[in-house]
Amino acid sequence: MIQFEKFTLANGLRVIVHQDTSTPMAVMNIMYDVGARDENPERTGFAHLFEHLMFGGSVNIPNYDEPLQMAGGENNAYTTNDLTNYYIQLPAENLETAFWLESDRMLSLAFGEKSLDVQRKVVCEEFKEHYIAKPYGDVWHKMRELAYTRHPYRWMTIGKELSHVENAKLEDVKEFFFKYYRPVNAIMVVAGNVTTEKVKTLAEKWFGDIPAGEKYKRNLPQEPEQREERQLEIKANVPLDALYKCWHIYPRLDRRYYITDLLTDILSGGGSSRLYQSLVKEKQLFSNIECYHYGSTDAGLLCIEGKLVKGVKMEEAERAIEIELDKMKSELVAETELQKVKNKTESMMAFEDMSVMNRANSLAYYELLGDASWMNFELEKYGSVTTEDILQESRNIFRKENSNTLYYYSGN
Amino acid sequence: MIETIKGLDRKVAPAIVDAVNFNLQLKPYKKLTLKNGVDVYTIDAGAEEVMSIEWVFYAGNWYEDQNLVAATTNFLLKNGTRHKSAFQVNEHFEYYGSYLNRACYNETATVSLHCLTKHVGELLPAVRELLTDSAMPEDELAIYQQNMKQRLKVNLKKSEFVAGRLIDVYLYGEQHPYGRYTKEEDFEHLNKQQLFDFYDRYYRQGKFVMFVAGRLPANLEQLLNDNFGDLGNDPILGKKISTQPSSERKFRVINNAEGVQGSVRIARPFPNRHHPDFLKVQVLNSLFGGFFGSRLMSNIREDKGYTYGIHSYLQNHIHESAWMISTEAGKDVCEATISEVYKEMEDLREEPVGDEELLLVRNYMMGSILGDLDGPFQIIARWKNIILNGLDENYFYNSINTIKTISAGELQELAQKYLRPEEFYELVVV
Repeated sequence: MIQFEKFTLANGLRVIVHQDTSTPMAVMNIMYDVGARDENPERTGFAHLFEHLMFGGSVNIPNYDEPLQMAGGENNAYTTNDLTNYYIQLPAENLETAFWLESDRMLSLAFGEKSLDVQRKVVCEEFKEHYIAKPYGDVWHKMRELAYTRHPYRWMTIGKELSHVENAKLEDVKEFFFKYYRPVNAIMVVAGNVTTEKVKTLAEKWFGDIPAGEKYKRNLPQEPEQREERQLEIKANVPLDALYKCWHIYPRLDRRYYITDLLTDILSGGGSSRLYQSLVKEKQLFSNIECYHYGSTDAGLLCIEGKLVKGVKMEEAERAIEIELDKMKSELVAETELQKVKNKTESMMAFEDMSVMNRANSLAYYELLGDASWMNFELEKYGSVTTEDILQESRNIFRKENSNTLYYYSGN
Repeated sequence: MIETIKGLDRKVAPAIVDAVNFNLQLKPYKKLTLKNGVDVYTIDAGAEEVMSIEWVFYAGNWYEDQNLVAATTNFLLKNGTRHKSAFQVNEHFEYYGSYLNRACYNETATVSLHCLTKHVGELLPAVRELLTDSAMPEDELAIYQQNMKQRLKVNLKKSEFVAGRLIDVYLYGEQHPYGRYTKEEDFEHLNKQQLFDFYDRYYRQGKFVMFVAGRLPANLEQLLNDNFGDLGNDPILGKKISTQPSSERKFRVINNAEGVQGSVRIARPFPNRHHPDFLKVQVLNSLFGGFFGSRLMSNIREDKGYTYGIHSYLQNHIHESAWMISTEAGKDVCEATISEVYKEMEDLREEPVGDEELLLVRNYMMGSILGDLDGPFQIIARWKNIILNGLDENYFYNSINTIKTISAGELQELAQKYLRPEEFYELVVV
């Protein structure tokens, strides 16, 4: 059970306090309710570029990093399709430094040309490093565009293309900030060696006078149900053929999300998982194979991807995957097999919760989803999944007309 | 609005306690010795009912006579025993939600188990079986060879992978365990008997040490003695192997003519942790390229935007080390990046670091260690590093003391001694 207390400032900023006196450290985690899915389709990559700009100085503090490092702190941030998260860890004695820094950049950024100019370049290098310079680096750009026709999950967090980032203007940056980076769209978790009383005082002092802003009402185009199977072939300068298949699944808050999550663990994720045992070890069609899902807030994708053993035909490899999926659709998995993936989930959560930072991050995420206390019911939800559920959802998900397949051929 | 907000001056930083004043302590381990003389270092701590156990064997590639024998033996440890198939082995560990990993390094090779404490009793006999009865089956070896060759092919397309191999060859020579790298044909030369012989000598009979951390069961010592107290623990003699560094120093390699980025590596040989300069240079390294606020990051990422990240570090080797600068930079700015790296070296040689910047580096390093000592796995990892390098707790306290007291003058002297461009190897792989 993760204990916490929650209060809301007059400007709508939600604050969660999670005390853990076994650590000398404090953590501040601020999650903003904006991600790549909220971007203009003509200006993708913006939420992430913006995350970089958040470190370019704020209205009263020219340099964000230096005072934090001086206080013995470290920080980082990440952007997903759903949200943007900033976190700091520092010695608990210096907690107020985090309040000072984070409140000033929530108040307003410095909006310097130089910072935008440099971070555009940095993000372009990040884009190149991860998505252009790497073999198979373009797969998820292509797959998202194949699987989503309307929902903004059709582009990646880094952006659809380099030019979107290169063309970002300072006025776009300002507009984005005042629309999304307001107290009313943010959740702050303070955790570690802290008291609620002290957090309350500091929160009022530093965040209390920031204008609330307007609550962002998300109204995204919904993805229509897929009715026809989709396929795409790519030929590129890569050494091996690879196969990628995706199926639409459920939103994060749907009960079937938990079923799907366990289902992917049955298929892959360990040396005794089905796809690995059958296709890598027994049939030796793939040199590696994985099954996972996006874990996104809106309905995401379940994916299977693998690289083919040299000489194996694409059709043969795909057929072998289908045989495994047919088994999932026709026979109940064994109770012990289900118990195995439930045990794995239990232990994974215990390991994750060892770190105060992870606990703070999870509390913020569940609060963003609706209620921080849901964090404490996750295990129960996984526990309630039955072998019947797995069978039913395998039938629902692994339908041809729900599938998207990308055949990635080696051009050598 | 409450009273305090009036007159809030946001331009003034709140008072801080300088992290440099913290009294950092490394929680002491409790040591057990098993019946066969195996040393077990334990840290009993943590909020969750989880634990980790690591078995460290002297079975790294330092001890092999042929490339890949150590790594392959380590990999195949859990791919079948005389009584269980690879699938059955995996199923057992996975059923209990545990993670059984293995890793092969230069001097050592390890097996590690992470599990819920309540399951450890069910898991230790299965680990014992791997350490006494692993079978190294032919078909498992064949699958491994095939899949690893494929993986190598993909990796060779990545400039950063190629750069990482080459810079180590220049530093240590291709015959040295730190410089040796894998070619496709090396996989074909492996055979079951070699692996089994290596397994027999370095795992079944060879010396090992254990590191245990987390919420530990009361009967830990009994459990470990029952399962591992009768295993061989014969001393392993390390061969002396000398490095053969390259005489040429500058390299430009084209791996993919259409590449959009270059992998830049700049490195010089550096002594190991026993050298009196090692801890001091850790501070100089932080200042130079060891964290986000470092000179290299501030200049080359935050001012010029040449790269997503640039880092410098001392390689984590037992016998000897190297001081490495590493970045992936835009193809057309690789040479400019290298000039800026040398410019930053020059600044450190010519100008003593200012008080404010030095205090920042000290505070950052102290805060970082404080944060890193949080949790049993982190604490045991520090001890493991100390013990495997033949050091003792003084190393930790000397390191803290060095961070607190090193002067700008000393840092400048070290820069003059070590940050000399003519002593660095320089490589760009596009």
